[in-house]
Amino acid sequence: MLLEINNISVVYADVLQVLKGVSLSVEEGRVVSLLGSNGAGKTTTLKAVSGLLKPENGKVTDGTIVYDGCPIHNLSPEEITRKGIIQVLEGRQPFKYLTVEENLRVGTATRWTQPYQEDLELVYRYFPVLLKRRKSLAGYCSGGELQMLVMGRALMARPRLLLLDEPSLGLAPLVVREIFQIIERINEEQGTTIVLVEQNSKMALQIAHYGYVMENGKIVMEGTAEDLRKNPDIKEFYLGMGSAETIRSYRNVKSYRRRKRWL
Amino acid sequence: MEFFLQLMVNGVCIGLIYGISAMGFVMIFKASSVINFAHGELLAAGAFFFFTLTAWGGLPVYAAFILTLAASFILGFIVERLFLRPLIGEPLIEVIMLTIGLSSMFKGMMLLLWGGNLYTFPDFLPESLSLRFGAITIPPVYTGALIIGAFFLALFGLFFKYSSQGIFMRSVADNQTAALSLGVHVKRVFALSWGIAALVAAISGIVLGIINGINVHELSSIGLKVFPVVILGGLDSITGAVIGGILIGLLETFTGGYLSTSLKDVIPFIVLVIVLLIKPYGLFGLVEIERV
Repeated sequence: MLLEINNISVVYADVLQVLKGVSLSVEEGRVVSLLGSNGAGKTTTLKAVSGLLKPENGKVTDGTIVYDGCPIHNLSPEEITRKGIIQVLEGRQPFKYLTVEENLRVGTATRWTQPYQEDLELVYRYFPVLLKRRKSLAGYCSGGELQMLVMGRALMARPRLLLLDEPSLGLAPLVVREIFQIIERINEEQGTTIVLVEQNSKMALQIAHYGYVMENGKIVMEGTAEDLRKNPDIKEFYLGMGSAETIRSYRNVKSYRRRKRWL
Repeated sequence: MEFFLQLMVNGVCIGLIYGISAMGFVMIFKASSVINFAHGELLAAGAFFFFTLTAWGGLPVYAAFILTLAASFILGFIVERLFLRPLIGEPLIEVIMLTIGLSSMFKGMMLLLWGGNLYTFPDFLPESLSLRFGAITIPPVYTGALIIGAFFLALFGLFFKYSSQGIFMRSVADNQTAALSLGVHVKRVFALSWGIAALVAAISGIVLGIINGINVHELSSIGLKVFPVVILGGLDSITGAVIGGILIGLLETFTGGYLSTSLKDVIPFIVLVIVLLIKPYGLFGLVEIERV
């Protein structure tokens, strides 16, 4: 296992408990998807791995996170990124006043003494749009371009484990499809292990090998992507494909009980 | 007309030095949003260090200059490491109080070491540096200021545009969380910005010391002129700092030349108040790019 999270609890500001015993493991070379509704704790789980909880006053209070054999919980982000774990933040956070190419160069921060020309070419091969806009300020790029930019920026660090937080947020369906194809290619061609947090469960389960479902700071279900896709409850609650005869309403006792089991 | 041109040339030369000093101030503010009230003392410290090395230590000017720059950089680095780093994440007001405390501390230490007297540098600039255009003469100090100013502006411009560390520094100023997520050593960037700020403050301290003579009180109050400069230029713009510096330099020399020399040191602060009333973000403050 490349990454193993054992029963972690995360507390913000010493009072607010967000994760209550989350365990999951990620095998090297796989795409693992993390699904769940808003506020379930998906982003917090990613931040616990990447060390970005610290600046937000959050802490792993219990449990262990083991990456490649060594414990990494509560290490600083500087140390964790140098081990090869890079998180792509939710909501595309480009450096607005830097050009596209300068943004990509920041991705080399973990290994800035080495040459980066080849990596730049690799990123431009995955995202040809960026090559066209390399001299323009990132602040003036479109949403789709920005998502590609922040993913390319992460690739520049040559990550072993890439944590993607909602790459489809606010993008047109065609752009989403393109981005997911690229994620799949990165996983296959570069051998990068990927943890994917998504609201777009349908897309996520198409490219993932394995999936976890989170609710209220806990893992409530896990399984191979295929199993999850076929599971009737997942279909109804997360894929939005309830069978025609069940009217999804809490007045409907059967539906209520089924949903209740998840929460 | 000649008088006007002469004043203008002097103003630009002095202004460039103000601009360089303000650049250091803006750098700290951009990277860590800390307003450094000890900037004037860093400036004075540089001037005194250079003075000690040349006048008392007997070192050649070039060696003393390079040594002073290195020492100031290290001083800035140490200040960040010892005093600022423990306060990362604390409320901004505490950090500002700290820099005010630092300014008193440095001033006291300098008074202890060198006393409150006015010193002057031995005349080391060659007379050949003095330039002559018709009726206008540029004294050697001002030519030196112009050369040093232009050189370091170009140097830092290139540093921020092309070097990796320069790009990392800009990335931290732009979006700290994102920089952190990519493994940018944010604390090292803070330390580097303090080092560079102390270094540019020392440069301007040396040049202003040559022009006005060196005295702890005077130099540290000159350091306070970064406030009108950066307010005029916009707190978050390095180019703005330089332009603001030149404007303040011109304003000062013109006031000194045409009105009265006693008004000279007050006028930048009058302008500061007026600019704050009309354009609170400065003339060259960054235009926020609004798009998600």
